[in-house]
Amino acid sequence: MLSYIIKRIFIAIPTVFILIVASWALMKLAPGGPFSSERPIPPQILANLEARYGMDQPEWKQLWDYFYNIVVHFDFGPSFKYKDRDVNDIIAQGFPISMTYGALSFVVAVGVGVCLGIAAAINHNSWLDYFAVSLGIAAQALPNFVMAPILIFVFTLKLDWLPGGWYGGQWQYLIMPVIALSTSFMGSISRITRSSMLETLNSNFVRTAQAKGLPTRTIIWRHAMKPAMLPVLSYLGPVFVAVLTGSVFVDMYFSTGGLGQAYVGSALQRDYSVLLGVTILYGVLTISVNLLTDLAYAWFDPKIRY
Amino acid sequence: MFGNDSQNADLATDVNEEAMVRGRSLLRDARGRFVQNKAAMGSLILLSLIALFTIFGPFFAQFSNEEIDWARMGDILHQGRPSVDTGHYFGLDYLGRDLYSRVIQATTISLLVGLIGAAMALVVGTLYGTIAGFVGGRTDSIMMRIVDILMAIPSTLVIILLLVVAGRSFVMLFVALGLVSWLTMARIVRGQTLALKNREFIEAARAAGVSEIVIMFRHILPNLMGVVIVYASLLVPDMILAESFISFLGLGISEPYTSLGSLIAEGAGTMGYGTLWQLLFPLSIFIAIIITMFFIGDGLRDALDPKDR
Repeated sequence: MLSYIIKRIFIAIPTVFILIVASWALMKLAPGGPFSSERPIPPQILANLEARYGMDQPEWKQLWDYFYNIVVHFDFGPSFKYKDRDVNDIIAQGFPISMTYGALSFVVAVGVGVCLGIAAAINHNSWLDYFAVSLGIAAQALPNFVMAPILIFVFTLKLDWLPGGWYGGQWQYLIMPVIALSTSFMGSISRITRSSMLETLNSNFVRTAQAKGLPTRTIIWRHAMKPAMLPVLSYLGPVFVAVLTGSVFVDMYFSTGGLGQAYVGSALQRDYSVLLGVTILYGVLTISVNLLTDLAYAWFDPKIRY
Repeated sequence: MFGNDSQNADLATDVNEEAMVRGRSLLRDARGRFVQNKAAMGSLILLSLIALFTIFGPFFAQFSNEEIDWARMGDILHQGRPSVDTGHYFGLDYLGRDLYSRVIQATTISLLVGLIGAAMALVVGTLYGTIAGFVGGRTDSIMMRIVDILMAIPSTLVIILLLVVAGRSFVMLFVALGLVSWLTMARIVRGQTLALKNREFIEAARAAGVSEIVIMFRHILPNLMGVVIVYASLLVPDMILAESFISFLGLGISEPYTSLGSLIAEGAGTMGYGTLWQLLFPLSIFIAIIITMFFIGDGLRDALDPKDR
């Protein structure tokens, strides 16, 4: 087990390294530096600016500085557009908000999806089962950017129950973004849970347990739960990534002030350092979550050999 | 006793004359199963109708997709409603452009994005996966480690980064989508190749002196086709979703061209003024495409997957 953990970590570290170098190289390859605008800047000023941001150094030195600052100081450098702010400020301001939405949506999607899937599998071919199946199909066609306008139309414009945007700190502000963000994953998680639970419930060891006369509740929670959750567990990594990406949208559409707004704003303004910082931050988060799910999977599944 | 009806008589003649009976091939079986699947066939018909609409729709359009109807743009809420009389079948968009032409144009783009993205994944992923699986050994582990690393990077953010850095254009969009879409395909194909390459018929081919490259292309690739087609068809809606997501954020295709994602975004932005048709037309076509593609993919999987027979 320990050697497996070490092996996985040894894969994750170069992945982070390649992510940073590749994104940095992409930014360097971009046509037009951060200071090119419609009005040409006098060469002396440009030279001063570049010296200020360390861009007169050779390329390898710049990459090394960038890399060193991130790893040692967790410093993503200054923003190129906002003179008085650096990337860390922007992240520190937006990230907690985005995380609130993301974590809540993740918990809601997984919790409700798994419960619905199990309930559907236990009551196979009942109305609950059909409801879960049709929700699973409908959710595929209702990604967050389709759900959000519909929700706003119904609950803000027509019924006037919920605020349509901003993050005010009260729970009312959280409802619609979380629903918009979690619905499509809820659908797919419930579909996966349902099919793997059905498969488990039809397997031999469950029949043996039934023959022994164990109560249904014990069979489901003690015997069927663990094997049935394995496919769901391996799906959690992709769901987490999708929730992260989706939170970019939710931040934009509901103007939550989260990191997604900063990300899209910097993409439109070509503020490369913010773009780069957020991409790397999200990439590292993704890699760590993938690592965690891999480890959890190995711990859960006795069939995996190291 | 029997043989009275003509069918049996025909059969008797066939047997007597030893007529060639057409064999049942894998693909014919699969097609039969697919046609039996009502949801998949219905979806295929609906999707074909949408595709036909993008081809023949422009012939009925009275306005182009970038022309502004100056006479009506002042009062879009009342004069820009969908109506056959004015020639704006789907109404006007928020700038006074004909929504009918714009929806057709957007649907075309979205379908193209789905097909081309999936096709790129199909070609690159299949080749990569087959080579990795067939060559095996150190090559395999290095190639798959690269896939592992690339998979760990959030793809939508990479697409956005690429589009911003390299400039927004059709070509770049396809390249960016293609760049991230082949990874899972490569993994699946590699797994299948590993399972196939130790089978008897490969050994037989090798014993008969067939070269390794010919084995790969003549014996392994055709056997992968079922899995590859199923996965590619499931990838099409994913590609459309990804493109729409990026377009919704305003980072996708730029004006005057549009895609379903940006039309939905525009419609969502103006629905507060009561111009609901600007949201409903692109939204319903979008939902129709995604749902039909999922049903077709499911149908193909049921038809082609040998496990569930």
